[in-house]
Amino acid sequence: MTGNTIQLDKNGNLKHFLTTEGLSQSLLQKILDHAESFASVGERAVKKVPLLRGKTIANLFFEPSTRTRTTFELAAKRLSADILNLNIATSATSKGETLSDTLHTLEAMHCDMFVVRHANSGAAHYIATQVAPHISVINAGDGRHAHPTQAMLDMFTIRRHKPDFSKLRVAIVGDILHSRVARSEIHALNTLGVLETRIIAPHTLIPKDVENLGVQVYHDMDQGLDGVDVVMMLRLQKERMTGALLPSEYEYFQRYGLTSKRLEKANPDAIVMHPGPINRGVEIDSDVADGERSVILQQVSHGIAVRMAVMAMTMGRNPENAGATE
Amino acid sequence: MRILIKNGRLLDPANKLDGKQDLFIADGKIVGIKKQPDGFESDLQLDAKNKIVLPGLVDLCARLREPGYKYKASFQTECHAANSSGITSVCCPPDTKPVIDTTAVVELIHHRTRESNRTNVYPLAALTLGLNGEQLSEMDTLRRAGCIGVSNALAPIENTEVLRRAFEYAHSCGLTVFFFAEDNSLKNNGVAHEGPVSTRLGLPAIPETAETVALSRALLLVEQTRVKAHFCRLSTARGVSLIKAAQEQGLPVTADVAICNLHLTEMDVADYNSDCHLQPPLRSERDRNGLIEGINSGVITAVCSDHQPHDADAKSAPFSLTEPGASTIEHLLPLILHLVNRKELKLEQAISALTSNPANILNVTKGTLAIGNDADVCILDLDASNNVDKRQLLSAGKNTPFNGWELPGQVTHTIYNGSLVFKQD
Repeated sequence: MTGNTIQLDKNGNLKHFLTTEGLSQSLLQKILDHAESFASVGERAVKKVPLLRGKTIANLFFEPSTRTRTTFELAAKRLSADILNLNIATSATSKGETLSDTLHTLEAMHCDMFVVRHANSGAAHYIATQVAPHISVINAGDGRHAHPTQAMLDMFTIRRHKPDFSKLRVAIVGDILHSRVARSEIHALNTLGVLETRIIAPHTLIPKDVENLGVQVYHDMDQGLDGVDVVMMLRLQKERMTGALLPSEYEYFQRYGLTSKRLEKANPDAIVMHPGPINRGVEIDSDVADGERSVILQQVSHGIAVRMAVMAMTMGRNPENAGATE
Repeated sequence: MRILIKNGRLLDPANKLDGKQDLFIADGKIVGIKKQPDGFESDLQLDAKNKIVLPGLVDLCARLREPGYKYKASFQTECHAANSSGITSVCCPPDTKPVIDTTAVVELIHHRTRESNRTNVYPLAALTLGLNGEQLSEMDTLRRAGCIGVSNALAPIENTEVLRRAFEYAHSCGLTVFFFAEDNSLKNNGVAHEGPVSTRLGLPAIPETAETVALSRALLLVEQTRVKAHFCRLSTARGVSLIKAAQEQGLPVTADVAICNLHLTEMDVADYNSDCHLQPPLRSERDRNGLIEGINSGVITAVCSDHQPHDADAKSAPFSLTEPGASTIEHLLPLILHLVNRKELKLEQAISALTSNPANILNVTKGTLAIGNDADVCILDLDASNNVDKRQLLSAGKNTPFNGWELPGQVTHTIYNGSLVFKQD
């Protein structure tokens, strides 16, 4: 069970948040409940709670990202923490400093939490094994492995529209092979007890033995979308178009692009999700992305609440005690 | 120095020797078995009561890290570690820095071997210059300088024409090619076996076909060129069946397996344990069984340590960024005995795979206890056991995947060239 022993403390509380795999249904629901209580904070005139006042959080981004970094930054500020943004891809490590030296330098600056984005799978897990015991690590995306806060904000969005997971059929469409978002979503959906998780992609974008994660594999979009309640589209990186994985954007869109017509295969009240940034006309038609079934912008605003919840929980703070709920 | 090893059970499968007999050593040679030679007087007597006396072990692949990587390990540390496991001969691949493609590097290795004076070291010459896969090395010159075979180590030869010519040229020089089968395109920067674990962990994956495609290509070229080929460190069950078919066809082909692949599988990578980041990767349980079966059926005749001692930094990073390889030389014998205890291998077969069989592959007169042979011998206490503690390793590389394992057997004495080079405290 990857990360399972390391991300919980001895009382079973969240110490690090590295992966959605192996966490209990009640813990995932608790994250969503706490996020619910934080969601209102963003709508108030004073958008702050003092929950993490005096704490220092370092955003360690070894791989460039604007969106995820910004939402973590906002989440930290709304919790009254001090935040330090480090774009490490262009600083210390390129001078030959090892990752563990970088971490220990930051520890010496008395940081309390590291939010980590890294191009290699297992990086957040590795960092969690290296840091001093008082430091919490939140995985903001490691290689192809996990992006647990993205998955939880997706779960949050689903729950707001469709509160009973046990009735849901969910389809994840696109580049499963390289997607940390897909892996984290699959674990979260299955733990929350959905009826069925499907993945839809050409064989070239599906990792071997993926059925072991508890999914049904479809290569045909129309069959895969048949009767689903949630359609989760994945971003297709441009560089995947030039190698041996796919022939062209045109053909990909013809076969796997989400259009209004295709969406008719899904249940009439199905919602459409996308982690962003969207490639319009590559994986999704503008009609659908901007259409009434789309919840894509809600996902973004839910991201802040979910990240606030996870940050508070890993630091041992309970939002109910801080006036977050009103 | 004259040594008498008495009361021990001599076990030398190649000479069909298994019984309680004394062994007499003088002037670096074995001078008597059972019967004391006339006029023999010992300077040293070793009582091997309740112990097994074996030929010094022959390891087909160990990196001693010199020249070029002395910050990882040295001849001194690694040969000592080898002796502690009864190893007295090691074959080292040419991926040193600089590469073994000039006689100067061969000379350096010979020099370091004489200096440490505790293990035979057999260098393999680079098959292509700089292991670049383009230009043939001066194989015959390197052979005359003391290389016992040629190999491109872990570096791929992507151009099939170059591979064909390299095989042909090695064949004309009478050299065995030591070939590690891994298709670089199919490997595609992978770091773990393509299967459920790499999928779950999101690790770039190495499919089974990375081995089998490269193996099939090389076997067809062996068939064409008739070069003697030894296939190093198979990792897949399917690879074993390809070798078996080639052997049945009469091709001059042998194969070995690394000890880690006989014990561990992809499951051991499951918590991103970088000590289990190996090349070839740890594969499925089905593959592990296929490799064991390959030994039992005689397709695979040797087991090597594939010893790769690393500095701590090399293993301390996110999994894909760590260097592959494990520090295994001092547990080669206990690990294979563990398989014997679990009844996966027979004792005689296991000992042959570490002694006479690898010696035959290297074409050297080692790995047996015949009168007149160099006196390379080890004494094994089969009743003792060994707790692996990575901090206590003799090797400079602490990167063992077996930390905390309890392993059977303890080498009490190792004799190299007639001198006692290791004695258990």
